[in-house]
Amino acid sequence: MKITIQLSGIKKLYQIGDQEVAALDGIDLNIQAGEFVAIMGPSGSGKSTLMNILGCLDRPTIGSYKLDGEEVARLTDDALAQTRNKKIGFVFQNFNLLSRISALDNVALPLVYAGVGRKERSTRAMQVLEAVGLGPRAYHQPNELSGGQRQRVAIARALVNDPHIIMADEPTGNLDTRSTHEIMEIFQNLHNENRTIILVTHEPDIAACASRQLLVRDGRITRDEGKGVKMDVV
Amino acid sequence: MLFNESVRIALTALLANKLRSALTMLGIIIGVGAVIAMVSVGMGVRQKVTNSIASLGSNMLIVSPGSANSGGVRSAAGSNVKLKLEDSDAIKSKIKNIDYVSPTVSSSYQIVNGNQNWNSTVQGVTPEYMAIRSLVVSTGSFITQNDINTRNRVAVIGTTVATNLFGTSNPVGKTIRVNNSPYKIIGILESKGQSSMGQDQDDVVIVPLTTAQERLLGITYVKSINIQVSNANQMDQVQNEIETLLRQRHRIFGDKEDDFSVRNLTSLMQTMNETTTMLTLFLGSIAAISLIVGGIGIMNIMMVSVTERTREIGIRKALGATFKNIMMQFLIESVVIGVIGGLLGVGFGCAVSLAIAKIGGFNTVITAAPILISFGVSVGIGLFFGIYPARKAALLDPIEALRYE
Repeated sequence: MKITIQLSGIKKLYQIGDQEVAALDGIDLNIQAGEFVAIMGPSGSGKSTLMNILGCLDRPTIGSYKLDGEEVARLTDDALAQTRNKKIGFVFQNFNLLSRISALDNVALPLVYAGVGRKERSTRAMQVLEAVGLGPRAYHQPNELSGGQRQRVAIARALVNDPHIIMADEPTGNLDTRSTHEIMEIFQNLHNENRTIILVTHEPDIAACASRQLLVRDGRITRDEGKGVKMDVV
Repeated sequence: MLFNESVRIALTALLANKLRSALTMLGIIIGVGAVIAMVSVGMGVRQKVTNSIASLGSNMLIVSPGSANSGGVRSAAGSNVKLKLEDSDAIKSKIKNIDYVSPTVSSSYQIVNGNQNWNSTVQGVTPEYMAIRSLVVSTGSFITQNDINTRNRVAVIGTTVATNLFGTSNPVGKTIRVNNSPYKIIGILESKGQSSMGQDQDDVVIVPLTTAQERLLGITYVKSINIQVSNANQMDQVQNEIETLLRQRHRIFGDKEDDFSVRNLTSLMQTMNETTTMLTLFLGSIAAISLIVGGIGIMNIMMVSVTERTREIGIRKALGATFKNIMMQFLIESVVIGVIGGLLGVGFGCAVSLAIAKIGGFNTVITAAPILISFGVSVGIGLFFGIYPARKAALLDPIEALRYE
């Protein structure tokens, strides 16, 4: 199977006072296309830093990161921005929708930076919104939607530019049980569509939905279970 | 990302904070308005001064006698008696590029009509005086060459004299007494108002030159010769020619001092222009300060806007916005404030300028230059004061920005 993410010897060092602190201390990790990976770990373990580097929001201090075979660890800010735009869809714990514009415009936002024309943007945004079941709510502003609906808008936004990889950082952290189920179901469906999903969570039963679980502790991967296993729909 | 996409985002952001955007624009509106209004006042003053100097006659050279010199003791300027009517005729016949030559004499007399009397300046002139001073006779006629030849006792009076001696009745055809001799009024001058020096140009009695010289003053010389030059560019040349001619006629050779002086109204005009230009610049630069203050207002509000929207910037960057995208978004926002503020400011400035003219009674002149310049400056200010906040926004680290509460 094709390897989409290849991390080797990744370190992220921070200078605090005259002490050097390693948020990531030598990470080697391969993720194949189509895997559903859950990254777990206590707070301060470095899982968010790992997530930021995987999501091309940050660069490692040392080490190599190959995304689809392309080295991205040394790219410029703008090149990283373009990589994020084309290859990665983000879903955040607190949704991170722009509050002043409609759900549809929120979903279309990545297409603005991809240079897609206005008409096509609306069409494509509407398609993904309908796919997550929010077609009728397209012209509502985020504050007129429930938490679960907002997260679905956010997922639609992550999907609109058709990226290989979906990064989700505690996507169900702010949701009730029912919405959590809905959202996880969507992730399962995306997994079945053969998209790579990387999900950061601290809840074991959420992590259990993934086919592979990574445990990060003190900047290292201490456990790696279910590698290469493709699970069926729960 | 397309340019008009950036404009759309900027406009949306501005509309989301209507009051704030309006207040920020107000700074620019007042700045641009003040520049336009103040410069229009300055230009108004300038136009008024220029007009009043021009009403003295444009392209004028004035030849007046120098001071008399008897045995080394010099008297007051104009006391010399060597400037003659013949000099005037010589200038007229020998110097090229001149339109009119008008010799004059003048003196103050008590003017009497019945039981009314009035002290005024009596000027002895030739018919050309009318053209050279741009005088208009409202009723009756002016002095003619025939009056000069026969030394007629006729007079043309200004409106001030007419009002004081005759009230509302028409004085043409009536007789006034000057120095106890009767003079028939043949015409009334149209009012010219005050001169730029504050003199009443309507307080005057005009009689034929020869009449004034021989019947009133008993002199043979003239007090001044006014010369109108055809073209403003030839003023200096004509002035030199007149000086040379008069030195020949008065037999002044070598480095001996002139016994006359030639004055140039153009230099007076230039001085006045310099003064009013200074005034305009002064008013304009004070107003320009408020424009800069308005610009600082833009910068201030853009800084607040960037801080407030840190999270939005983080989201946009996470979704793929580049440095240029974010920079453009905020830069266009501040330029739009400059453009809209500038346009409204132009309207405001013109309105204020018209109001000053209408209510304040000032003469104001609106020209294209201050409008274009202040509008351009306001757009430039929007751009300049937007760069720093926009750069700050574009340089934000997406992780930090996403974490910002």
